[in-house]
Amino acid sequence: MPATNMGTVLSDHDLVLKSVRLRRKLLEAIFEAGAGHTGGGLSCLDILNVLYNRVLNVSPDNVSNSNRDRYVQSKGHSVEALYAVLADRGFFPESELKTICHYKSYFVGHPTRKIPGIEMNTGALGHGLPICIGMALAAKMDSTPYRVFTLLGDGELAEGSNWEAALAAAHYDLDNLTAIIDHNTLQITGHTRDVMSNEPLDEKWRAFGWAVKTVNGHDYAALTEVLSKPAEPGKPTCIIANTTKGKGVSFMENVAKWHHGVPSETELKQALAELNAAEIKLKEAK
Amino acid sequence: MSAPALSMFTPAAKEMAEKLGLKMGRANLDEFAATLEELAKTNPNVVAVTSDSRGSGKLAPFGKALPKQIIEVGIAEQNLVGITAGLAACGKKPFGVSPSCFLTARALEQIKNDVCYSDVPATLVGISSGVSYGALGSTHHSLHDLAALRAIHNISIVVPADNFEARATTTAAARANKPFFVRFGKAAMYSLHQPQTSFEVGKAITLREGNDVAFIATGETVVHALLAAGQLAQRGLNCRVLSMHTVKPLDTQAILKAGRECRAVVTVEEHSIHGGLGEACASTLLQNGVCVPFQIIGIPDEDTVTGAQADIFRHYGISMEGLSQTALKLLK
Repeated sequence: MPATNMGTVLSDHDLVLKSVRLRRKLLEAIFEAGAGHTGGGLSCLDILNVLYNRVLNVSPDNVSNSNRDRYVQSKGHSVEALYAVLADRGFFPESELKTICHYKSYFVGHPTRKIPGIEMNTGALGHGLPICIGMALAAKMDSTPYRVFTLLGDGELAEGSNWEAALAAAHYDLDNLTAIIDHNTLQITGHTRDVMSNEPLDEKWRAFGWAVKTVNGHDYAALTEVLSKPAEPGKPTCIIANTTKGKGVSFMENVAKWHHGVPSETELKQALAELNAAEIKLKEAK
Repeated sequence: MSAPALSMFTPAAKEMAEKLGLKMGRANLDEFAATLEELAKTNPNVVAVTSDSRGSGKLAPFGKALPKQIIEVGIAEQNLVGITAGLAACGKKPFGVSPSCFLTARALEQIKNDVCYSDVPATLVGISSGVSYGALGSTHHSLHDLAALRAIHNISIVVPADNFEARATTTAAARANKPFFVRFGKAAMYSLHQPQTSFEVGKAITLREGNDVAFIATGETVVHALLAAGQLAQRGLNCRVLSMHTVKPLDTQAILKAGRECRAVVTVEEHSIHGGLGEACASTLLQNGVCVPFQIIGIPDEDTVTGAQADIFRHYGISMEGLSQTALKLLK
């Protein structure tokens, strides 16, 4: 039976407040490491916040339960967002975030299974979806109810292996599989439309046999609704989450150079000040 | 171009095989498929994953007998390896089966990351490996696979020489909790071992003792080394023959023993002379201060000659006659 490890029920407001704290942690971690992927981490953070606090039945207590849901981060470079969310959920002490990318640290600059809560080693793009198909097939073979999720970057969709996998997921009617696209429209070189056009994404995935939902990737209620259950029986679900690269920090938003830009001390201070102000505003609004 | 060779073995080689009491078995690939089916019948977690390759992988009977334990991914090797890794991460014991030329080149990144780096108990089976596809050309040859995979951490690489080794390897891979790569050809193979022979991944099997020349061979070339040893015995030379079925982890003790005790060492493989068994043996010997007349026999770094597997083997001296000559030259 599915595990239920959601702990305290958090309201949308609680989660938004938490996201501000997580964004601070992410930025501090990247500053400490002197390396990282800032823009994409900030764009997918709200998705991860919803997944780990509302959707996935995974927790530090059930990491070896074979019925747990599986999450594989195909866009592995946004690992700092994942680390921040996992630390917040208690998979490891938050102090570990200070060791990211340090000599002999387990916290590598892309996800590895050495970290509690991480299912697969990723970082090369176009790998997560095929892996998740294997996981979803295993669930079907064993008649177990767990769901499988992956998070893809929109620039990542230029990797052909995604489309091999897109065919297979529909072929095998994997309605226990959800692929979320972090659709921030920017990649390292610039706009996705300039680097390699991939629109219309919804029509492409639909044509491959998927049930497709488009959502604001920073809207907690909307994300919760589309992630909580498969979109359509017999079909894999594709969630196109429209996001803003660098979300939450004014000077990072929609600027390609923040793909893997590391803030200077001044920039970090400015970013944290913005987030602190946002937090105060949110608390006042409650 | 001459007509394809009728047989892998010359009449003299066949005569020697008979003299040595070798009996012809079936293709290692057939033995693998039969073994996998037996294993899958007793363990429902054993799963085959194919890329439109169940026919060439001899897995059609498996598919008929156990339709719920075979997954077809279509002609998509990257997806095959990713799916195999995902299955392995969720409690399955998957065997991803695809021509070695495509599996280990097109999907190399998936092997490196999804299987080896993620450390899942997946077995990848390279079928029709080496020059098994013969005259189909270099697109279909896998002369790089051992070199490429040797350089990747966390994968055992096994190349069975006969049906006994094929069965033992398949069984060992199914029991292991680590990544495996196994490579099979499709030609019928002479049986080289007695049924009571013990098989252990990482331990060479001594097929023949001797201290004049040591042949260290792997996969489908082992029989040719054994026949050459038989031929050289007629000239009064006692040759050692090691079936080095496991290319990684390498049985360095057996290699050093051969290097220290024999007057010369010849390595034999159905692979590029670069980065395979031969260079691994050379490295082992030299780094341990063992200096011995030494020759790597494999496919040289050139546009591979056109022909059937048997033609290519003979062209490059992977034959009883060719290996005997190589050994004699080294002893001069």
